Amino acid sequence: MSIARRTPTALIGAATFGIGEAPGFTSMDLAARAALAALDEAGLSMSQVDGLFVCLPSDFLSGLSVAEYLGIRPKLTNNNRTGGSAFLTHINIAAQALEAGEIDVALICYGSNQRSGTGGLVSAAAPNMYEHPYRPRLPVSAYALAASRHMHEYGTTRDHLYSVIKSAREWAMLNPEAFLRKPLSREDYFNARMVSDPLSVLDCCLVTDGAAAVVMVRKDWVEKRPAAYLLGLGEATDHYQIAQMPDLTTSPAKFSGERAYAQAGISHADVDVVELYDAFSINTIMFLEDLGFCKKGEGGDFVASGAIGPGGTLPVNTNGGGLACVHPGMYGLFTVVEAFRQLTGTAGDRQVESAEIAVAHANGGFLSSQVTAVLGGASTL
Amino acid sequence: MTSSEDIRPDLEFLAFLAQGKFMLQRPRVNGKPFFYPRVAEPGTGCTDLEWVEATGFGTVHATTIVRVRPPQADYNVVIIELDDGPRMLSRVDGVEPGDVAIGLRVKAQIIPFEDRHAVVFVPLTNANSEEAAQS
Repeated sequence: MSIARRTPTALIGAATFGIGEAPGFTSMDLAARAALAALDEAGLSMSQVDGLFVCLPSDFLSGLSVAEYLGIRPKLTNNNRTGGSAFLTHINIAAQALEAGEIDVALICYGSNQRSGTGGLVSAAAPNMYEHPYRPRLPVSAYALAASRHMHEYGTTRDHLYSVIKSAREWAMLNPEAFLRKPLSREDYFNARMVSDPLSVLDCCLVTDGAAAVVMVRKDWVEKRPAAYLLGLGEATDHYQIAQMPDLTTSPAKFSGERAYAQAGISHADVDVVELYDAFSINTIMFLEDLGFCKKGEGGDFVASGAIGPGGTLPVNTNGGGLACVHPGMYGLFTVVEAFRQLTGTAGDRQVESAEIAVAHANGGFLSSQVTAVLGGASTL
Repeated sequence: MTSSEDIRPDLEFLAFLAQGKFMLQRPRVNGKPFFYPRVAEPGTGCTDLEWVEATGFGTVHATTIVRVRPPQADYNVVIIELDDGPRMLSRVDGVEPGDVAIGLRVKAQIIPFEDRHAVVFVPLTNANSEEAAQS
């Protein structure tokens, strides 16, 4: 199969740091450690970074503070915030700036110590007078409302949600870096404490520490290094608050996915491995539908078939995802790191055989922002 | 008549609630109400807006039960689709949280909330349906 080369940019370094618990580190320390590791993998030095892309959970000027901490003076600094999908929007802007020759080396990084530092999920969402009186527990209640509608319209069940988590746990057991490396029985799932029906505590992502970073360059900078090429990227946003979502069962991933596939010149059928933002178990089902891997409403049966687990026909969240590997407040960049590892054949026991095309898909807000990246290995050029 | 430049969306909405009125904005041109209140119609930017009283009727579009530690009681949070068109976040009072099902017909009620008011809903019954028709 030949695939049109759409964007001559590539990731040549991708790293994580401090996944799980990393006491004593600030969020900045963690982001810096991941950045250093990604640059090392890329064979580049800190002083070569001239484009910095970052946003930290509670540091609204982190474009400035991270540049200072790293001791770099970037030509281009971007601190775009769309929730957990921000880092894939950073990749979009980085690619454009690289293509335009405005920068040569883009560093995209993130870190959070929110497990050991604060003991709870840090939310950047501002209180809203049209939501506040009703005390939704955000973000989980927003996803629970969407899940209730998906169940109502399509007969999706908590057994389907269990299949998502079961699969995430199975992948995590193959990943030494994952935080939650034990299987989950159906009985334990159904006995779990409910948080915002139909979602239980086990339907929610982990709250961990962790950091991720990737380094991007133009194709001519790749040389003989392992690389993942950016073949396509699409963004879409259609609401912020959950009550304003036009269709609670279809996220804007439908549009971000279509845009990314079109740019890459592929269809969902060409994708070998999928890394998507599973902040809640329902996300996996909705995004698999929205990204075309199954029909709308059939996501529940699709995940229950075992298709997305180890040995399945469509490996999904091979690191264990936000449900079982890592979720330090914003997970988006981790989808890209895992896609990179799969495409460069460095995923160890969880390696998907001959993975050539990966989708990294991230979510922000309350199913509000969706960004889909299509990445390819060297053979796709 | 208030000119559109003078619209203070949140303040006006709350002032109407204080008078016992649940009001929605709509463009004079197409008359399609929207929620939440804004200085312009979403999507078009139309600023030629007027306030219109909501019918007060709606249907539960999505629902969740927020679980809390005893002795506090679990409560429901819902998305209501108003008969007028737009959707809003709210809750349904006067019914156990587990009995708030999608499709339930409801009627708006204005309640005091902190130093202001808020719109909640109660299940629609023959009694309150007639009461609404007479008002």
